Amino acid sequence: MNDTLLWLIPTLPFAGFLINGTIGRKFPRALVSTVALLFTLVPALIVLKLWMYMKSAGAPDHFTLTGAPWIAISGYQVNFAFAIDHLTLIMLGIVTGVGFLIHVYSVGYMAEEEGYWRFFAYLNLFMFFMLVLVLAASFQLLFVGWEGVGLASYLLIGFYFRRDSAANAGKKAFIVNRIGDFGFLLAMFLLIAHFGSLDFANVFGQVNALPHGLTGGFLTAICLLLFVGAAGKSAQIPLYIWLPDAMEGPTPVSALIHAATMVTAGVYMIARCHVLFDRSPFTLAVVAIIGCATAFFAATIGTVQHDIKRVLAYSTVSQLGYMVLACGVAAYSAGIFHLMTHAFFKALLFLAAGSVIHALSGEQDMRKMGGLWKRIPITFWTMTAAVFAICGVFPFSGFYSKDEILYQTFIRGGALGYTLWAVGLITAGITSFYMFRLWFKTFFGEPRFDEAALAHGHGAHADHDENLAPVHLHRDTHAVMLAEPGQPEHDKAQAAHPHGVHESPAVMWIPLAILAILSFIGGWVGVPAALGGHNEFEHFLEPVFATGATALLPAPATSHALELLLAAISLLVVAIGFFIAYIFYYRKPGTAAALAARFHGLYNLLDHKYWVDEIYGRLIVSPLLGFSRLALGGLVDGLIVQGTGATLAGGTRGLGWLARRMQSGNIRSYAGWLAFGAAVVIAIVLFVVHPTHTNTLTLSR
Amino acid sequence: MNLDHSILTLLILTPLVGAIVVALIPDREDGSKLHHIVALVVTLLTLVFTLHLPAHFDYATFGRFQFEQNTDWIANPAIRYHLGVDGLSMWLVVLAGVLAPLGVLCSWNAIRSRSRLFFSLFLLQQVAMIGIFVSLDLFLYYGFWELSLVPMALLIATFGRTENRRRAAIKFFLYTFIPSALLLVGMIWLYARTGTFDLPTLQQLAATHAISTNGTALLLCSLAFLFAFGVKVPIFPLHGWLSEAVQEAPTAAVMVIAGKLGLYSILRFSFSIFPEQSRQIAPLLIALGAIGIVYGALIALVQTDLKKLASFATLSANSFIVLGIFTFTISGLDGGAYQILNESLIGAALFILLGLLYERYGTYDMRDYGGLAARHPWMVTFFVITGLAAVGLPMLNGFVGEFLILSGAMQTFVAHHVLWTVVGTTGVIFSAAYMLWMIQRVFYGSLGLRPEEVPGWDINPREHVELWPLAVLFLVMGVFSPYWTKGIETYTTSIASRQIASAAGTPVADRPAAQPTGFVDPNLGAAALGKQAPATNKGARY
Repeated sequence: MNDTLLWLIPTLPFAGFLINGTIGRKFPRALVSTVALLFTLVPALIVLKLWMYMKSAGAPDHFTLTGAPWIAISGYQVNFAFAIDHLTLIMLGIVTGVGFLIHVYSVGYMAEEEGYWRFFAYLNLFMFFMLVLVLAASFQLLFVGWEGVGLASYLLIGFYFRRDSAANAGKKAFIVNRIGDFGFLLAMFLLIAHFGSLDFANVFGQVNALPHGLTGGFLTAICLLLFVGAAGKSAQIPLYIWLPDAMEGPTPVSALIHAATMVTAGVYMIARCHVLFDRSPFTLAVVAIIGCATAFFAATIGTVQHDIKRVLAYSTVSQLGYMVLACGVAAYSAGIFHLMTHAFFKALLFLAAGSVIHALSGEQDMRKMGGLWKRIPITFWTMTAAVFAICGVFPFSGFYSKDEILYQTFIRGGALGYTLWAVGLITAGITSFYMFRLWFKTFFGEPRFDEAALAHGHGAHADHDENLAPVHLHRDTHAVMLAEPGQPEHDKAQAAHPHGVHESPAVMWIPLAILAILSFIGGWVGVPAALGGHNEFEHFLEPVFATGATALLPAPATSHALELLLAAISLLVVAIGFFIAYIFYYRKPGTAAALAARFHGLYNLLDHKYWVDEIYGRLIVSPLLGFSRLALGGLVDGLIVQGTGATLAGGTRGLGWLARRMQSGNIRSYAGWLAFGAAVVIAIVLFVVHPTHTNTLTLSR
Repeated sequence: MNLDHSILTLLILTPLVGAIVVALIPDREDGSKLHHIVALVVTLLTLVFTLHLPAHFDYATFGRFQFEQNTDWIANPAIRYHLGVDGLSMWLVVLAGVLAPLGVLCSWNAIRSRSRLFFSLFLLQQVAMIGIFVSLDLFLYYGFWELSLVPMALLIATFGRTENRRRAAIKFFLYTFIPSALLLVGMIWLYARTGTFDLPTLQQLAATHAISTNGTALLLCSLAFLFAFGVKVPIFPLHGWLSEAVQEAPTAAVMVIAGKLGLYSILRFSFSIFPEQSRQIAPLLIALGAIGIVYGALIALVQTDLKKLASFATLSANSFIVLGIFTFTISGLDGGAYQILNESLIGAALFILLGLLYERYGTYDMRDYGGLAARHPWMVTFFVITGLAAVGLPMLNGFVGEFLILSGAMQTFVAHHVLWTVVGTTGVIFSAAYMLWMIQRVFYGSLGLRPEEVPGWDINPREHVELWPLAVLFLVMGVFSPYWTKGIETYTTSIASRQIASAAGTPVADRPAAQPTGFVDPNLGAAALGKQAPATNKGARY
């Protein structure tokens, strides 16, 4: 395998970013998208080639590419180095493959947006950092990608920067992620202090060389801090709050960054560092509990959201919880398996939701949808595949990966294992409920959107007879709002946008179709032995995860019968979830509202997302700002620090007098001051402090 | 002609001659730019000369000065004209060279009247800065140090922005002048003990404990030095002058007002002449550094005035460096020294950008701004890049420095150092908060009041010329840091190792020994504690 080719994997998207970012403003749109797509397609092809090479006989299961030093001081050095093993390969495949599809989709979705060049520049920048993240051979280079994807996310969430909510959401995402990075940084400092290196191979080698019984201690500190980082990036409790707000970004961004790739970086990082985590059973327990709690907690919020993207955002948080849970029970390959299938079906869910929003000219509220299945059939069918996959319907991809996680959790055993499994199982039911709720509300029942308003100004689409009350449409997602009224962009956008409910163009539905196929068959690479498969996915990752884990943690007993039983139970739970959603939102559409009214308190709690944002605001942000403003800025700095200066100058009168002196700008008076001051202080020190040395001025040593 | 022995003198003389030439050109009322042009030519010439240094520097020579010029000046007291640079001061000289033309350019339109006074003072300030960086004789150094205070105070008093300028100038002057007197006293005491002002000689004497046997006196003397330098940095809580001076001073002066002079002086003089005393006081300075990081950042967070925000951001950023250098680890010293360069460049870019806003809209009040991103796409781009460099985004220069500093602080393995490292690291959260919040309030959302009234224009070609070199340096210094750190190491390795050597001679409480602390697991046992150092890492110098 040619090294230069491998270096091209991350550098090409960066080149795309530079080209579009600097001169893309002047390009025609077609050229912008050509550059952006080409510079993502080629890396995808190189990854394909790399994949074939790694699968070929005699190829190493891992190798390293070392480049120039990045930081080199005596005693510590880190290079630009990439480590490629099977885990990297899977991540590379997901990032370049799904990434490219979403680039294609964006060409259609963003076609009318102002700042088209900017969008694709940022998207390419994201690809660059994400690829660096998965290729990195050291914690420090991983951190480059880690922070970099955060930057790209910040820029893309705030893409519609004129909207305060978007600017706020971008800032919030970056700052909350920084809290995670704070943990990550401290973990790196501890790693350097203890191992003298941040190189994966070096650190993991040293950890593996420690005595087998050695766990906990400073390794626990390091792992917990790393997990703080993972919780920030992968939106786990208590740092998940940025992800739902991140939906302010354009929908392809939600699909790529806030569903398929970036948010899974935390899971990837834990899996990458499994050698460390295996040494800290305590951290693993924390990871499992947090993951499971997040999965459940986010799912409950998802049940009452009305914004289609918000439902998907909470479902992403919930699914990430599953992946983290998998890592917490040391079933890393199950976590990565779910990461992969989730990338397929969640990207698809977002893109299909985007297609729905596109069809309704920017409507995101599910209360104003309904009956769309006949109108946008491709979107409907592809989204159906995704919904079935995320709910874990046999034999869709999510079934295999989610059941693998639940099974692995169960066989860990103990009170903790069973509890986590039970909560995970209930969460699967809730997931099924809210996803089918979304499905029914969007595609079935009576249409609740205002056809006339959608077709406004375009008589061609006025041939529908739905007679609904006028609904005010938020044009949330479309940057039509970005163009100030009266500017030519506005009118152009109005004219170019096909109004009325419409299926998306081919450039949008082809990626949907490909992802739908992947959502369906994507799980078949990991069919467990209990179902007659070979669990190829786990075997593929064995070279990565077999080291360390097997030596430390006793492998739990496995049983095919048990696995089948658990799978049957979870299918049953999924069916129950579906059935409730069917009753609530299809058969008897009033039921949900009645229940919400009946259990008003609970509904309110969920509707307000447990008031977590408000609690953070009241308990942390406001007190911190108040403290800074009053105690630090007012008292300490205003009175003490600055006040000392005033006293020093002999009060205001003295200041005024000195000011008059200074005003002249006379160098001589300054020199006089200098001599006077120096003389005074010399006298004090020489005569008062050290009387013995008064006569030594002219003495040499 | 071999320039190696006269280059440093040339570097001092060039701006000095420039200052005289500018002073000789009379002020004209017709808005001519003659002073600007002369100053620009002089500063560019100086920049070219400074580049001679890295081009001919011998990176293999450790702990010795290069390009030395050492001649008698005054026989009694023994004052020598001794100039020389090592890797640390070399890059600071280049930094001064880079910043000066930028300072002239960003004053191009901001200074419309009395440009003769402005540019002669500006060039004089440049002389003083370069002089400080290259002087190896304490007395000579002190002359330049004092010289650096005058032009700055006058620049603030004359060219300040508001009615408050005189007060700010007085405050600046007193804050830096009184401690300077202490510095002078300390120097004279040293001379009284040793009979020399020569830094290398003093350094040798210090290494052999030959300056004085009176530990208290040495400590007091080191404190006098440190106090003078600490005010100039400024180190928390000596920063009382900073925010007013920054608010008043013109952009070109703000760019050099804080940080590098004081920090360089600590590294060069405090650490060389008082190695043990600096170690003794280190725990306090580490604490002040960590507190300063958080303190500056938190106050910056609640500012509505852009320049005040930037001044507290400067305090916070300089505190990182204080924290780093007082760890006396290679990593902390390297990171600290490197961060002086980074912080100066980032600060320069930030103040230039704020100046651009002021030139267009005439206010530093954030509440008057908003929604400028659409109007100034290039300006917002530069703001974001500068902000990201400031908050330490990897691949930009700020990260390398901050990372090395904080990881150096963690390496000392002392429990309270670990605590202060944690405190300091929270700075990465707060800095992101105030930077992004500032960018949001100025550039995002709906159009603010001022921009609605006043039409602004995006960055013009001259401003592009100011900002592009900085932006490129952010990236290059963030990616190819070894190019700079290899030079800096010619200084730091000698300091760090001498610190250990002197610590070995005296039982100092916090020397970095392999003591079991809360962060080393007791289960590790003797084998782990005494484990073999990994081949490529943890040299003996830690």
